[in-house]
Formats: sequence, C-alpha cells, structure tokens
Amino acid sequence: MSLVGYGAYVPYWRLTDTSIRAVLGSSGGKGTRAVAAFDEDATTMGVEAAREALATAPENFVPEALYFVTTSPAYIDKTNATAIHAALGLPQHVAAYDFGGASRSFCGVVDLVRASNQTAIVIASDMRTGLPGSADEATGGDGASCFLMGSPDDSVVEVVASTSVTDEFLDRWRVPGDDASAVWEDRFGESAYKPLGRAAFTDALKKAGVGVDDVDHLAVTGLHSRAVRAFKTWSGVRPESQAEDLTSRIGNSGTAAQGISLAHILDSAEPGEIIVTVALADGADATVMRVTERVASVRARRPRTVSRLVDGPHGQLSYGSFLTWRGRLNREPPRRPKPASPAAGPALRRKEWKYGLAASRCANCGTRHLPAARICIQCHASDHMLVERVADERATVATYTVDRLAYSPSPPLIAAMIDYDGGGRAGTEIADAGPDDIAIGTRVEMTFRRLYTAENGVHNYFWKARPIREANK
Amino acid sequence: MGSTGICDRVAIVGMGCTPFGEHWNKSADDLLIDSVTEACSSSGIDLKDVDAFWLGTMLSGFGGTTLSVPLKLPYKPVTRVENFCATGSESFRNACYAVASGAYDLVMATGVEKLKDSGYSGLAYANRPDDGTEEAISAPAVFSYLEPAYAEKYAVPRDVMKEVMTHIAWKNHQNGARNPRAQFQSDVSKQTICTAPLVAGSLGIFDCSGVSDGGAAAILCRAEDARKYTDRPLYVKGLALAAGSGVGVLSPSYDYTTFDEVTKSAADAYRQAGIRDPRSELAMAEVHDCFTPTEVVLMEDLGFAPRGEAWKEVLAGTFDLDGQLPVNPDGGLKSFGHPIGASGLRMLFECWLQLRGEAGARQIDTGRTRALTHNLGGRPGRCVSFVSVVGSRPD
Repeated sequence: MSLVGYGAYVPYWRLTDTSIRAVLGSSGGKGTRAVAAFDEDATTMGVEAAREALATAPENFVPEALYFVTTSPAYIDKTNATAIHAALGLPQHVAAYDFGGASRSFCGVVDLVRASNQTAIVIASDMRTGLPGSADEATGGDGASCFLMGSPDDSVVEVVASTSVTDEFLDRWRVPGDDASAVWEDRFGESAYKPLGRAAFTDALKKAGVGVDDVDHLAVTGLHSRAVRAFKTWSGVRPESQAEDLTSRIGNSGTAAQGISLAHILDSAEPGEIIVTVALADGADATVMRVTERVASVRARRPRTVSRLVDGPHGQLSYGSFLTWRGRLNREPPRRPKPASPAAGPALRRKEWKYGLAASRCANCGTRHLPAARICIQCHASDHMLVERVADERATVATYTVDRLAYSPSPPLIAAMIDYDGGGRAGTEIADAGPDDIAIGTRVEMTFRRLYTAENGVHNYFWKARPIREANK
Repeated sequence: MGSTGICDRVAIVGMGCTPFGEHWNKSADDLLIDSVTEACSSSGIDLKDVDAFWLGTMLSGFGGTTLSVPLKLPYKPVTRVENFCATGSESFRNACYAVASGAYDLVMATGVEKLKDSGYSGLAYANRPDDGTEEAISAPAVFSYLEPAYAEKYAVPRDVMKEVMTHIAWKNHQNGARNPRAQFQSDVSKQTICTAPLVAGSLGIFDCSGVSDGGAAAILCRAEDARKYTDRPLYVKGLALAAGSGVGVLSPSYDYTTFDEVTKSAADAYRQAGIRDPRSELAMAEVHDCFTPTEVVLMEDLGFAPRGEAWKEVLAGTFDLDGQLPVNPDGGLKSFGHPIGASGLRMLFECWLQLRGEAGARQIDTGRTRALTHNLGGRPGRCVSFVSVVGSRPD
C-alpha cells in the first residue's frame, strides 16, 4: 500500500521555555513547545489528525484497518483505537488496533502496512513531557499525524527504497507506570546512533540509486536531539534541502514527529522531488520517496497546513497551568462533586452520538435532532429518522455562558448553545478558548475531547466546539 | 377534550411554612413536622382528620414514607411527587385534583427540601447513569444563557441589563428584609449586588437564589366546606402545568428570551380563572426568580409587560412592593430561599398571607383579590412550568 493522504494535528496551546525559567530559575532553553489542552490526550489528538487526513482521501479510499501508535496511551488493556474508530464513524468491519510502548513503533507499523495489501489509516500521537525542569519537559511536544495507506494508483509519494537497522543499546527508557523517561549520558547515545543512521541512510540511498545531492528534502526525527542534529550535518544533504526543524516551535512529539515532518514537506513539495526520512530510535529507519503528480490535488484538500498548525493562532499557557493540566501540581479542586463516570450501557447505546456525533434527521419533515431522537419534535413522526454525522459541520453560537461554578478540570467552564449549519442545535462546551473568545454569533467547529476522567479512571470522551480562527469561517 | 379547570371548587383552609435557611440543626423530618403542625394549627385542624397527603421533594427522600414515618401517620395514602423545582406546586396541584374529584374531603399538600447537607454551597446532586454527554453546567449557567440573548434581541446594552438584574435582586432583598421567615432578611445595596463576584455569565452571587432548607404545607377541602375551617379561605381559580418537549435545546428557532412552557401554562391558568389582563387584575405575583434574568423574562411570559419591555418596567419600579403589580413581595426565591420541594407551596403561603391581610410589614394595600404563583423547573428550552391563580372570594 502507498501513502494516499495525510494529516497532522498540533494542539492550540504553547508553553515557552521562558515561562518555565520564570518559575524554576535556571532551567530551560529558548524554545516553545506545543501543549495538549487539559481535555486532550493521545486518543483525541489522533482523532483530530485522522480527520485532517481523511479530508484529503481519494474518493475511492475505503479503509480496512486503523492502526494507532502511541507511547502515551490513555488506557492500557483497553484498545484506544476503538474510540478513534468510533469518533471517525468507521463501520464495525474496519479493524482497529493499538501499537506502542516504544517510540519506534510507528516506523514498523508503516512498513507492515506498506508491505500489505490492506488499506489502512495509520495514526501516531504522543504527549511528551518529563519531570519539572527536565529537557524532556521543555523540548517535548504534543501532537499527532496520520497517514492514509491505499492503492499505489493514488499514491502521493512512491517509496523508492528503505532500510532499517536495529541495535540494542541503552539510550532512553521508562518503566511502565513511571511518568518520566530516563536517559543515559547524552554523548553515549549520540555515538551509538551515529553508525546506525549512517548505515541506514547510505544503504537506502544506494538501493534507490540516489545521490546525496539528489535529495530535495531530508527529515530526521528522533528523541535524541543531539544525535538528530549530528546526523543532519553528517548526511551531507544541502542545507536548503534540510527540512525545516519545527522542534523549537512545537517541541518534539515523539512517534508523531516523523508524520508531522513529512506532512510539512508534502505541503510544499513538487512532483518528482526526492524526500528522505530518517528516524533514529533504537536503530535507524531510512526511507527514500519520490513525490508524485497527485500531491497537488491532495494538498488542495488539506484543511490546514502544518505551517498553519505551527504558526497560526495559539494560546500562551502559564507554567502553572501546564503543570496542573499534566497532573504534576496537586491543586485545590473545585468545590463541586466530581462528575460521575459515564456508564457503560448508556455509552454503548449512544456511541454514534457520544463518539461519532451523529444526529438524526426526520425523513418526513427534515428536522434535525441532536442527539438522535426517535420521535420528531416538529412533525411527531415516529421512528422515521435518517442518521447523519455532524462532527465535520460548522456551527454558530446562539447564546453562551462562562460557568464559574460547574466542575471542570480547568475552570471556568465555557459553554454555549450552538446552531449547526445543516440545522439542529445542541449545548456544548467550548474548547481552546477563554471568556473573551466567545460571543453570540461566534463561528465554531467540532473537536473530539476528553471532558474529564472520573474517579474510577474512565475517560469521558465527547465532542466540544472550538472557535474557528481561520479567516474563512 | 380540554383543560376545563376546577375554578372555585377547591379551597385552601390552612397553611404552614418554616423559615427557610441553613438549618444545620433541623432535618427534613423536622421541617416536615414543623410545617405540617403550623398548617394544622393555622385553622385548628386535627391531623388525624386529613384523609390523604401529597409530598413534594426532589432530593430529600423517596416514597410516601418520607412523610408518614416522621409524622407517624397511620395508614393514610401518601403520594410522593417530583417535578424539578416545581415539585412543591406539583404536590399542591395533585392534592387539589383529589379534592375536586370528590375522592377525599380533606387533604394536605406538603413539600420539603434539605439541601444544606450536601457539603457544597450550590445545588449538587447526582443524575441517573448516562453516557456523559449531557452538558455538565451549573443551574446559574443555563439560566445565564437568557441574558446575552435578551440583550441582543432587544438591543439592551449589557450594562443596562446588569442594572435591570441588579434592580430585581435589590427589590427581592428589600422585600425579604420585611419577611421574618426569609433566608436573607437584610437590604442589600445595588452597589454590593452589581459588584459581587461572578458565578456564571454576567450573573453575580446576588443574581442567584438562596440555596436553603425548608418545608411548607397546605390543607385543602371542597370550596363549600371551607368555612368549616376558616372564615378567610383562598379559592383555587386556575391550575396549569406545561412540560416542554425540549424544542428549545434542539431547535435554532428558540431564541432564549422566553419560556414557551410559561406562556402556555399562563394562558391555560388565566383562561380557567377568567383573567384577561393579569397586570391590572392581580393583587400580586410570586414568580420563579431562580436567577434575576429569569424574572425579567417571566414578566413578559406571564403577560405583565409587553415583549421587549420588561426591562424598562423593572427599572421603572412597576414590580416593586409599591408598584402597579408587586412581584415576589415575600422576597422570592432570591431572598426567601429555594428549598426545591417547598418553594411552590411557599409561594402560595405568601398569597395566603397577603390576601388574608396577614403579611405584616410587607402587606400590599390593594382592593384586588387574586394572586398568582409561578413555579419553573428545568432549564430554558426544556422545562416544566406551573401557574396557579388563587383568590379570596368565589366568583
């Protein structure tokens, strides 16, 4: 299978090293990182990236499987890909699997899908941080990327050659349950990656019959930033062909970084150009690709470019809020009862609503109901409804409030009644916004979020609305 | 088919109401015993002569035994009812119909709520298990939706809306200051009200009703028997209830400046009671001022002010204690407090006092003989609304 569509997601919030330094003193550099909001996790960001990717899908694209890769799963034992599957409204016969543990997993999954004859949605999503004051905290990033793998006839890039090399050595590790990774001495990892990266890169280029000067775009990713920098220099690829390094603006999003980087290249690459990706993680994976003519048509369907996600409107987060959102600051909770866990039965019965944001439209009079109703509120026709997904529709705020009393993991809770462009109204929470970002008439779009986590550990996933910050509302 | 009503067929012959407030030393049982005892003694009625009971409570107990056990009622019928914040009115309404049907001679409607045992300052309760998708926003927040919508529709500047809301809170606190049973019995300055910390939207703490404990009770009989118990009974003129289909939270056609449930229930009650112009015919009205914007909208829905004009009427003092139509002379939910199951009966208790000339410092001097209660439950766009009209004279 070949890459036939792609998408990326970078959350709205940013944390600067300066704001970390203001609290901790000496720590931090000069960069900025992207931060998943309190109501986001690897699963919700995966949904966002997949929605971006599916918007670019060829008309005949029918996924047979969904593969979700993360090192920061919202659940273990329970599959997280199923929530994404449901949020995308995929039919039951589409398989959904989690992969993860190690940040290298993404390369392996993409290789397997490429070698298979099964169309697939491959999502990588990660939330990366570390102990307060650590480099992982300051230079980590949250984000997601998604590849649609389909018929070679529709490919955006054709893979000319690839090489994977593997070695066992102690670079970084984390014991399950720990909330921060550990790393061996920096220089050790750098020297371990050096021969691996070279071996994979050299071999892949040789197999492809491509010289270093033929490389139009080189994207090197990996959690070992010294090794990544060193490899770029060593590769001999012309500076103008080195892909723009986004880590100083959004941080390093681990498993998602390679996909975001490739998406960024594809947002501007020309047909015939050679792209090489090198991922340094417990070995090295090098892939040589050639951009096809189809890149332009796929690009035309992209809702947002990576540049837009990286440099578009974003909210500045204080370090205190960051620590609170990541559970590293045990703050006084709102003096309200903690919300109850969603119950399994009701969540199953209404999964098309809860996950797929599907409404019903009366087949008799056309009135839309959110959530789906059996009896029409307008003409009272009974059980005469058509199911309609509204998740990808925009809406307008009819009225709104800033609720300083309700429980929220990050008060105040902002809520609104919103009217969908295709008809119908629903009450919703507003995401990625402060009290000044909302008014009657504000245009919003839907985003899949984790409203809260109940005391039994159950994550309550549902959709929120966020203000549209693009000029075209 | 039709809502024909029971005008002048049922009379209120006794009433009781506890002070509302933070009763740390009283249980729901105590509040029921206190209000029932007062209702009986108000007209010298022996509890054992009451044939059937209704109990309204939303959160303070299940089943008829919530009333029969503390009062040690021997095998009488007790029906527990619940209808959101209109629960107390629902208790009264069903008791009225039992008398009107001829099934019982003498019945009692009771209501109680013990809210202050939750450990939280606002209203806090658990819903049935669900899928977690219902907006988990607070009561002040859902009612605060009214304010920007009303301001937008009638082009009222937001700072003027705040003045309107402040006037309502100020007025209801003024009235409550003249009521020894109210939760809050002191005047509050407009300055204090409008600069109070925000709770939701533009609603400050003084724009919200008091969360309190309390109980209330009414004794009812057939109108022709009323004088056996009291020489000043109140007659039930109209009783209406409307439960909405929730169209407002589903349909963009709803604009958050009205409660359709209120206009429908008011029209029904007025028709039953033969009221054509409520503003000139009613002596007073007790309305569901859960939050100050609610009272603004209710003035229009109940026909006390033309559409888009209530805000001006509020500022002009039309609904003040000495205005053309005093609204919430007892202080309303705002300063009398809002123990949910008791509130509907508390509103009737003020009608009972005012129409019998027993309201003391806040007695309204009027020749009008009819009064209205309005009780709302739920949220704008999806609620239940109750309206009653009672009067001191049979028509």
